[in-house]
Amino acid sequence: MTAFILRRLLQSLGVLIAVALIAFLMFRFVGDPVNQMVGIDTPQAEVARLRQELGLNDPILVQIARFIANAARFEFGISYQFRLPVTQLLAERAPATLELALVSAIFSLAVGIPMGVYTALRRDSALAKAFQAVSLIGVSLPTFLIGILLIYLFAVTLGWLPSFGRGQVVRLGSGWSTGLLTVSGLKALILPSITLGLFQMTLIMRLVRAEMLEVLRTDYIKFARARGLKTRAIHFGHALKNTLVPVITIAGLQLGSIIAFAIITETVFQWPGMGLLFLKAVQSVDIPIMAAYLMMIGFLFVVINLVVDLLYALVDPRLRATIGSA
Amino acid sequence: MSIKKSLLLATAVLAIGLSAGQAKTLRYANQGELRSLDPYTVNETTTNAHLGHVYEGLTSRGKDLAIGPGLAERWETSADGLKWRFFLRKGVKFHNGEDFTADDVLFSADRVRAQGSNFTTRVPRDAKFVKVDDHTVDVVLTSPNPILNSQWDTWYIMSKKWAEANNTAAPTPAAATTPSHASLNANGTGPFKIESHQPGVRTVFKANTAWWQKPEHNLTEIIFTPIASNATRVAALLSGEVDVIEPVPIQDIERVKASGNAEALTGPELRTIFLGFDQIRDELLESNVKGKNPFKDKRVRQAFYQAIDIEAIKTRVMRGLATPSALMIAPELVPWPKDFVRPKFDPDGAKKLLAEAGYPNGFEVGMDCPNDRYVNDGQICQAAVGMLARIGVKVNLNAQPKGNYFAKVLKSGNYNTSFYLLGWTPGTFDSHNVLYDIQGCRDNPNSSRGESNLGGYCNKEVDALTDKILVETDTAKRNDMIKQAFTITTNDYSYIPLHQQALAWGVSKSVKLTQRADNSVLLYWATKN
Amino acid sequence: MSSIDTPAAAPVRTSRLRRILDSDIYASFRSSRVTMAAAFIVAAMMLAALFAPLLATMNPFDPAQVFLMNASLPPSWLANGDAQFIIGTDDQGRDLYSAILYGLRVSLAVGFAGVALAATLGIGLGLIAGYFGGRIDAIIMRIADIQLTFPAILIALLVDGVVHALLKGTSREDTAFWVLALSIGLSFWVQYARTIRGSTLVERNKDYVQAARLVGLPAPLIMIRHVLPNVIGPVLVILTINLGLAIITEATLSFLGVGLPPTQPSLGTLINIGNQYLFSGDWWIVAFPGTTLAVLVLAVNLLGDWLRDALNPRLR
Repeated sequence: MTAFILRRLLQSLGVLIAVALIAFLMFRFVGDPVNQMVGIDTPQAEVARLRQELGLNDPILVQIARFIANAARFEFGISYQFRLPVTQLLAERAPATLELALVSAIFSLAVGIPMGVYTALRRDSALAKAFQAVSLIGVSLPTFLIGILLIYLFAVTLGWLPSFGRGQVVRLGSGWSTGLLTVSGLKALILPSITLGLFQMTLIMRLVRAEMLEVLRTDYIKFARARGLKTRAIHFGHALKNTLVPVITIAGLQLGSIIAFAIITETVFQWPGMGLLFLKAVQSVDIPIMAAYLMMIGFLFVVINLVVDLLYALVDPRLRATIGSA
Repeated sequence: MSIKKSLLLATAVLAIGLSAGQAKTLRYANQGELRSLDPYTVNETTTNAHLGHVYEGLTSRGKDLAIGPGLAERWETSADGLKWRFFLRKGVKFHNGEDFTADDVLFSADRVRAQGSNFTTRVPRDAKFVKVDDHTVDVVLTSPNPILNSQWDTWYIMSKKWAEANNTAAPTPAAATTPSHASLNANGTGPFKIESHQPGVRTVFKANTAWWQKPEHNLTEIIFTPIASNATRVAALLSGEVDVIEPVPIQDIERVKASGNAEALTGPELRTIFLGFDQIRDELLESNVKGKNPFKDKRVRQAFYQAIDIEAIKTRVMRGLATPSALMIAPELVPWPKDFVRPKFDPDGAKKLLAEAGYPNGFEVGMDCPNDRYVNDGQICQAAVGMLARIGVKVNLNAQPKGNYFAKVLKSGNYNTSFYLLGWTPGTFDSHNVLYDIQGCRDNPNSSRGESNLGGYCNKEVDALTDKILVETDTAKRNDMIKQAFTITTNDYSYIPLHQQALAWGVSKSVKLTQRADNSVLLYWATKN
Repeated sequence: MSSIDTPAAAPVRTSRLRRILDSDIYASFRSSRVTMAAAFIVAAMMLAALFAPLLATMNPFDPAQVFLMNASLPPSWLANGDAQFIIGTDDQGRDLYSAILYGLRVSLAVGFAGVALAATLGIGLGLIAGYFGGRIDAIIMRIADIQLTFPAILIALLVDGVVHALLKGTSREDTAFWVLALSIGLSFWVQYARTIRGSTLVERNKDYVQAARLVGLPAPLIMIRHVLPNVIGPVLVILTINLGLAIITEATLSFLGVGLPPTQPSLGTLINIGNQYLFSGDWWIVAFPGTTLAVLVLAVNLLGDWLRDALNPRLR
């Protein structure tokens, strides 16, 4: 077991180094950072000096080595746009993205699971069909269009909800700013989290439906039914419970991609999170931010994957056996 | 901090928000971000305007862009033009309570020219600043310069004591490797103080009650938020979440006007949008014509000019909000704009010219264009592609975000372009800048002349006139020479000027403010009901 | 599928697959009206895309045929509409109907190219990983992990940046299509690889594979001719669903500025162009391409749904 964990950890480290390499190569080739930092009429000598100072003239291997060594300490230098340490910028923006991701994950679970259960149990009812249709339309429209339509309807036409930003935020301690404690902060969360969570909601609804249908067919449910248990107890006590394990797993794995896909939602709603910071960084060729963001997403995915793998290994003895022998 | 405590704080914040009925908060959203607060880091219109609320220069520019007194009450020039004396305003205090004196001017003159500053051209490198007394400064030049202080309204004066005490005496360079105090904090003399600054997210300005001038505004606070997405920015104005936005996309102007709670302020900007040709290489980088450069032939350039239907661009792409131009400088900045007219739109004539030049079937050429820099820049280029297609020229358009575009076409990208669209506002609001930077020969690698002349147009006569224009102090004579120079470049078809683009600001009906033609949003002229 | 050297077990399996294809699936297809409608829509749109030059009234990709003075005209039935342009024009004066036909063509082509690339890559790597197992498997699946770290958007930025760095000075017009196809291909392959690897892990221990191995057939041959036909079923479902996703991804990338250029608009580019005119009242520029895209993706997804249910006997 220890050997397995060790090997898994080593693999994860390898993955992270590979991500670091890709992150570096990728953005060493996109645009030219120096042009972003100077005005149109800056003298050329100045530009050349900047290039030298940033180490952009060093051999590429030296640049890579420097990058990985710094990344290991989560040192990504100073943002070209803001002249602030990248780590500090990301830390400032993280609460916005994490709160958005959390709320949209809750939204997708809270709406997706009941819808999935209902469509599985009442497969042929009109409402179930309507849910199915809505979920299909949800995955058939690009996220940015949904966001803009929501803004148009709820912010501009009806004037009920804000169209951008986080509303009033409150600082908790020194590091965390939250929008969850004010009315305007909560209102500002509604549209972006629906936009972001819609796709996951559809996914969860369909997953729950498929799993429910499958579980309902198993002998164990048939047996429970034969024993004369109430339908309600069967559905929710047994079937749903069995369904939820894979659903939670998928939802956990999706959390990482929610954070990554927040780029689009944050762009539409001017949500001051990491995704917006990243997209701005891409547009301004702000290499330190881009690299740090990619590394962070990579780290997140690796950790989630690792945890899921380890949990499986702990829970499932069969898997443990194969792992032991592999 | 415990949750309970922060909840209390939240209620307190809400309570403040409610009780401040008298407080006038103006909420302003711009397409771009406010990054560094260091006034010498990035020379860019929007940033300069933002920081103009906090800092002030020795001179100022009024609502009509006329130069007026600022921190200097008045100034005089010696007869030989080599010495300028500036009389500083007395009783001016920085936000931290220090007095403004000649030492601060001398300090700022050093700092703005120091390594890492993006404003080194504001003050000539060899100009000497001499303190006469606490409120008098002499500037000693090595050659006369009648436009010495023309850009000093955005050379902001910083406090020597504050900068030195906070270890920020050197400017924050664009490529800073350590954060600097001045990029996150500000201590100016201007009408507003920085209350809080979260780069790229939100900046709060508080009115400076101890300002030396009687304020025209009635604001207590300005909250600035960048909103990059056009749709979201307009939505925020329409739903009343912000009071002022810049810019309003021109297609949304009607919607804003029709909304009832906001209006659109529009006017011509001083920026000239134009097309340029590579006329220096012997063979174009992106063309099917090999062995020669068709743009070296004046007839080809003229043909391109005549193929552009500027009225169609004005009415369709710009929705009427552009002023077609025949000059490479805004007509407001020269006394004789009417003397220059565009050649008539004439595709048949253009075809004939192309045939005469040896291209009866046209040719193929690549075109570079930004798509997020100027008003509808991508659409203008697309329209030009269509118009040129009708005289037989196949244009392969490469429209990209400004970061990639500038990296390719500017000097640092080795002027890697054959045909391009660019916009230019002379920073000095003076023709010399245009003639020197855009129309000057690029043949001397040690000179900065022609650095933004991406196509390398070159006419020695123009250069000679430009040099005389720099030192000429007689306005009438100077204007004559400028006119001569522009006549030469126009007859050379050095560029295709397109139009002055329109400024478009969205302003809530509860706000009154003045629109300045350089597109600086200056809220110290704003009042809110 | 059957051949002389196929061991005894395979023909039985093959014929079962065939039986499903022949009877059950077709019956299930006939029994679902929604599925038939979806299939009809997808087929119609593909034909429309294929014959776009014949159906369109103009070539929207030819700048000489686009007149700026016709820009932003409303649909023909509205005031100011022009009978020449049935559903109006875009901001450059392109006939929107023609632009949608051509855009459909581009979007479908990007989708197909991307998905084909993803499937080829994924199936190949999945087969190799599952068949050989051990270290090769570990390496491939670790690469899959790395890849999952980067959503399609990031990959597109990467591919876009690298392509432009390699081919300096090329215009987006020439490269955008392949950049998009490559980014979609590179971001979707993992799903195929994982599915195929899973089933291959099961199949490789079966008698017919062992037998083929004993006979001395080379590994690539066994993988492609014997294992692949038995594991390909679920891939059809992923293919269909991915096609829908690929088309949406293309649209999103256009929104973020790395899509197809506005001179050769895809459906996504058209939506993104129209998006800028949503508030100004020129709703048709976004509405018609948007509806086309939504209907197309919806129909493709419905087909995918049905296919999944039909191929999964437990759910029927």
